[in-house]
Amino acid sequence: MHTFVAYVEDKPGVLTRVASLFRRLNINIHSLTVGRSERAGLSRLTLVCEASAEAGHRIQASLYKLENVVDVDDIAQAPSVTRELALIKVAATHRSRSNIFELAEVFRADIVDVATESLTIQLTGVESKIEGLIQVLEEGENHILEICRSGKMTMRRGHHTSGVLKAMSTGVDEPAEQDDEPVEDGAAEPE
Amino acid sequence: MGTKAKTHEPSHPPTRLTGAEIVWATLEGEGVTQVFGYPGGAILPVYDALRKFPIHHTLVRHEQGAAHMADGYARASGKVGVAIATSGPGATNLVTGIATAMLDSIPIVCITGNVSSKVLGTDAFQEVDITGITLPVTKHNFLVNRAEDIAAAIRYAFQIAQSGRPGPVLVDITKDAQQATADFDFAAAKPRPHRPHPMLKVEEQGLEQAAELIRNAKRPVILAGHGVIESGAEKQVYALAERAQIPVALTLLGLGGFPASHSLNLGMMGMHGEACANHAIQDADLLIACGMRFDDRVTGTTSTYAPKAKKIHIEVDPAEMNKNVKVDVALVGDLSEVLERLLPRISGRDGSAWLKTIDGFKSETAQRDIKNLADSGHLYAAHVINDIWRITGGNAIVVTDVGQHQMWEAQYYHHERPRSLITSGGLGTMGFALPAAIGVKFACPDKEVWVIVGDGGFQMTAAELATIVQEGIKINIAVINNGYLGMVRQWQEFFYEKNYEATPMVSPDFVKLADAHGIAGLTVRTRTEVAKAVEQARSAPGTYLLNFKVEKEDSVYPMVSSGSSLHEMIRRPGK
Repeated sequence: MHTFVAYVEDKPGVLTRVASLFRRLNINIHSLTVGRSERAGLSRLTLVCEASAEAGHRIQASLYKLENVVDVDDIAQAPSVTRELALIKVAATHRSRSNIFELAEVFRADIVDVATESLTIQLTGVESKIEGLIQVLEEGENHILEICRSGKMTMRRGHHTSGVLKAMSTGVDEPAEQDDEPVEDGAAEPE
Repeated sequence: MGTKAKTHEPSHPPTRLTGAEIVWATLEGEGVTQVFGYPGGAILPVYDALRKFPIHHTLVRHEQGAAHMADGYARASGKVGVAIATSGPGATNLVTGIATAMLDSIPIVCITGNVSSKVLGTDAFQEVDITGITLPVTKHNFLVNRAEDIAAAIRYAFQIAQSGRPGPVLVDITKDAQQATADFDFAAAKPRPHRPHPMLKVEEQGLEQAAELIRNAKRPVILAGHGVIESGAEKQVYALAERAQIPVALTLLGLGGFPASHSLNLGMMGMHGEACANHAIQDADLLIACGMRFDDRVTGTTSTYAPKAKKIHIEVDPAEMNKNVKVDVALVGDLSEVLERLLPRISGRDGSAWLKTIDGFKSETAQRDIKNLADSGHLYAAHVINDIWRITGGNAIVVTDVGQHQMWEAQYYHHERPRSLITSGGLGTMGFALPAAIGVKFACPDKEVWVIVGDGGFQMTAAELATIVQEGIKINIAVINNGYLGMVRQWQEFFYEKNYEATPMVSPDFVKLADAHGIAGLTVRTRTEVAKAVEQARSAPGTYLLNFKVEKEDSVYPMVSSGSSLHEMIRRPGK
C-alpha cells in the first residue's frame, strides 16, 4: 500500500483527473479523501493505493504530470499521523444498549445517535483501531446496520515542507533551516 | 527543443472581440498559419470568424483525418499542429488521432465546439463530454464557457503541448462562449511560466558515473529514440558516437536521428529490428539510452533483455525512469542539455574490437537480407520500398501507415536526417498515413512527400484523397497491396497455424478510386516496372497513386515474437 499526500488546485474536475490517472495506470485506489488546505486555492488530497514497492516513483512522477497537481508527497514509511473517521450504526434495543456503550468506552468512541432500534457509534483513529471495533461488534453478535468510513488522512510528524511548496511559499512562517527535505525522486542508485 | 513558432502580437491592438474571433486571434498570436478541421453547428461561430484572419483552413473528410493532419504537421515541422471540430461526433472522431499523438508525444492542440453552457449536461443535440472522454489521452484539456477565458486557455494549451514531454491538448469551447464578447489582450493571456517537472534530476555524480561507465565499457551501444528528434539532440548524439566510437541502434521513431549511412549505425532494434542491432544489445556491457522508453516492441521479454549490460538512461519524463527496465544511472532531463554536460567528460576511445564483432553481425544479416536475395520474378514490398529509397536519393519525407509495410520501410528506406520518417509507433494507428502526409506537405511544401501504405490502412482514411484534390497539393502514394491484413496474417501464419480468419481482404481498384477523385495512378505488378513507375509518379505535376500488387504471403523478418528474448529472432528461412 502506498500513501500519497498531494496538493491540487481547487478547481472543477481535478478529482476526476486524479482518478482517471489511476485507472490508466491500472492501479486500484483503496481510499481517497480531499478537502481544503492551509493554502488558498489548493486542496489537500490523501490517496491510498495498492501497488508494488517500485511503483511509488512512477505514481508520484505521473501525478506531477497532471497540470492541476502542485505537490506530491509519498509518505512511505516516514513518521506520520494517520486518522480516519468511522460512523457505525448498530441494531440495539434497550436491553443490548448498555453492552455496546461499554465497548464504545473501551475504544474511546462516542455515541452520537440513540434510537429505539439502533444506535450510532463515532470513532476516530488509525485503521487498526476502527477494524478492531468493527470486529468486536461483529463477534458480539451485534447486527451492524451501516458503516461509513472516511478513508485515511495523513500528515507527517514534525515540520516538513517539500521543496515544491517552499518555492511557492506565500508568507507562511517557515522555521529557519528545518527539515528541508527535497522531493524524493527514487532514481535508482547506481551499483 | 524542436523549432517553435515565434509568438507575436497579432495585427490588431487589444480590443473587444467575440469569443470566436478571440480563438483565431490567439492562434494567430501563437504563430499558427494552418489548421485542419470540419465545421458543425457547435463550432459555427468560430468558422464564421475565420475570414477576418490570415490562417489557412483545410477542410477534411473525417475528423480523424484532421487530427492526423495536425499530428503529421507537427512531426514534420516541430511546431504545434491544430485541428478543429464540432461537438458530439465531430469531437469523438478526433479521439483516435489524439491518442495517436499522445502515445508518440506529439504536440497538437484540438479545438472543439460544445453546446451552450446553459444546456451542458442535459444530453443536448450533439453533446458529449469530450473533456471526460479524452482525459487519459491528452496531457491536459480545458472546458471553456466564457469568452474572457478563451485566450488564456488556448495560450496555456500551446504551452502544455510543447513543454517537457510534448503531447496533445484539447480545448472545448461552448457555443455561447464563442458568441459572447470579451476584451482580448494576447500578452495578458500568457500563462505562468512552465513549471518543470519537480523530479527532473541531473547531478554531477550521475554525469561522472555515466562518463566512467562509458570510459570502461568494452561493448557499448547507444540506443537512440524519439527524444533525439524531439529534443533536437542529433548533433550531440553524433558527437558522442563518433568521439567514443560507439555504435548506435534506433527505435522506430528514432530513425533519422542518426544518419543511416554512418558506419556506426546499426539500424532499427526490436521486434522487427535488424538482427545485428539486437545481437549487439544482447551482447553489450553498456547501453546508453537516449530519449527512448524501453517499449515492449524494442526489448522483447524484459527479464532477459541486455543481460550483461549496465544501463544509462537519459530521459525527460521522470515517469519513464525504471518503468520497464531497471537502469544504473538515471539522468532525468532534456536530452540535448544533458549530452552537452556529458560530452566534455567523454574522450576518444578505441572501440575497434567491439566494432569488428559488430561487423561480423552485420555481414551475417546481409546474407539473409531480402535486398541481397534474388526476387525470382516476385514483387516483394521490401524491393519496392528499397527502390523508392534509391530513386528519391533518400531525400523524401516518408509517411507510413501501420503494418508489414511499415516495418519494411523501417528496414529498407534509409533515413539520414530527423523528421524524414513520419509513422505511428506507440498507438500503431491504421489510416494514419494519408492524412498525416497532407499535414506533412503543408508543413514542408517544398519537400517530396511519399505515402507508403497497405491496402488495409489505405481504405480506413481513403476519403482524404478528396482533401488532397481540394487543396491542390502533390503527394506520391505507394499502396503496398497484398490482399491481406498483412501483419495480422503473419501472426496467424506463425502462431495460429495459418488460420487466416478475417484477414483476406477484397479491395477496390485503387487506381480507379484515385481516378474518381481526379488523381492519376498506375498499377505495378512486376519488379521491372517499379523504377519507371516511381519516376512517373515523381515527375507528375499532381498527386500520383501507385498500386503495387505485391507478394501475398510475405513475412517481415527478423521477428521477436511475444515472450521471446531479443536474440531469439525468427529469421528468414535460409536460401
